[in-house]
Amino acid sequence: MRYSLASLLLNAVSGQSRWSPAWRSPDPATHYDVVIVGGGGHGLATAHYLAKHHHVGRIAVLEKGYVGSGNVGRNTTIIRSNYLLPGNTAFYELSLKLWEGLEQDINFNAMVSQRGVLNLCHTDAQRDAYVRRGNAMRLNGVDAELLDADQVRAFVPFFNFDNARFPIKGGLLQKRGGTVRHDAVAWGYARAADRRGVDIIQHCEVTGLRIDKGKVTGVETTKGFIGAGKVALAGAGHSSRLAAMAGMRLPIESHVLQAFVSEALKPMIDTVVTFGAGHFYVSQSDKGGLVFGGDIDGYNSYAQRGNLPVVEDVMESAMALWPALGRVRLLRSWGGVMDMSMDGSPIIDKTPVGNLYLNAGWCYGGFKATPGSGYCFAHLIANDQPHPVADRLLLDRFSRGALIDEKGVGAQPNLH
Amino acid sequence: MRLPCPYCGERDSREFTYRGDAGLVRPDTEEAMADYVYLRDNPLGWHKEYWLHTVCRTWLVVERHTQTHAPGAVTAARSRRAGS
Repeated sequence: MRYSLASLLLNAVSGQSRWSPAWRSPDPATHYDVVIVGGGGHGLATAHYLAKHHHVGRIAVLEKGYVGSGNVGRNTTIIRSNYLLPGNTAFYELSLKLWEGLEQDINFNAMVSQRGVLNLCHTDAQRDAYVRRGNAMRLNGVDAELLDADQVRAFVPFFNFDNARFPIKGGLLQKRGGTVRHDAVAWGYARAADRRGVDIIQHCEVTGLRIDKGKVTGVETTKGFIGAGKVALAGAGHSSRLAAMAGMRLPIESHVLQAFVSEALKPMIDTVVTFGAGHFYVSQSDKGGLVFGGDIDGYNSYAQRGNLPVVEDVMESAMALWPALGRVRLLRSWGGVMDMSMDGSPIIDKTPVGNLYLNAGWCYGGFKATPGSGYCFAHLIANDQPHPVADRLLLDRFSRGALIDEKGVGAQPNLH
Repeated sequence: MRLPCPYCGERDSREFTYRGDAGLVRPDTEEAMADYVYLRDNPLGWHKEYWLHTVCRTWLVVERHTQTHAPGAVTAARSRRAGS
């Protein structure tokens, strides 16, 4: 059923009894033209754009848990495109543009809210770096505004501006950035893909890849073998394990990133702010909870939970920036497993194995990239050529020395 | 998470600094260098890794489970020959 005012009114007068499930739960067929491994945001978005824009035949998405159980339901919901380097700027801007039209495209309310993303700076050197980044963004047609300390104070007056150690000197604001309801993104893409005939098969874990004469021919799963013309891996967090099934090693380490939400409060902050001196960022959900996070824990981990030192570190950063939070109670904390790549940028590429495609290495920036990632990955799968805005996000860039290292810290995944 | 230092006993993880996969062997040829610098096994399960105990300043090779975070065998890195 298409969601509309008419469908709302119909159900309002019929006891909400006419709704149909948002997507089917089919048994897997014996063969698909494209099998997407991973029913998270990126996998579902890929399925949606493949079915919408390309003619590739039957498509299935295999998800080992349930839709929304992975990182798409564990992130802090921020969208932005404030990237410096060629290879990233145009890609993330495409993604942000797709966010802007997403709800009409998938007929689902994803609560896209362009409330702005403000990066605070605390030193002159940091301001210089923001000037450079803002200029790079504007040269690429992305919106960016440099705010001085007074402008920041007018925008978000409640921070500790005169902290002796970390005074706020200004900030870089992207007004088109903001937040999106993360679960709704997963559900919306799943429903949209399903409506175009994609089979979404939940609780179906891929346990192996069948490869014949250098080409992938299907996937072994907990629901049996499924033949495939093409196999597309989108299992962020566990990309290395999927690649190992094809005998590949990736430039990726898996790390755990924690996130936090406070008890529900009256409206306190109507934008997204990042603290430039520590690693802390905060926004407020429509339910009232402050949603915030910080650094990754910093060691290899596949656990969806982290350790207390990072919790303490994030809370200290919160208090340094925003002392009014002192008596706010923490409601929940949780962890997600990140593909931390060796240069901090993602990979959307073919692999050395025939008909096997890889979407991986999103570090902790995967959520904002969801539409762009799906759009470009679908283009790659359908045409065997990278989409023009993603033509530097290639697997062999590491051996070529063509890294896209926004932070400039080198092959140290826990520092990106 | 607590890690056992062979000199100081079991200590809180915030006393340690992580330095990644301890199973990598620096190659002799330039062709193999990119793989050495960038590619990782990244296993789910037991992982041999370098940790610096910043209190006693000893580099350690810790076997640690990447899903449970439980530590296994710990040795001082200097007690191994390079790459062994």
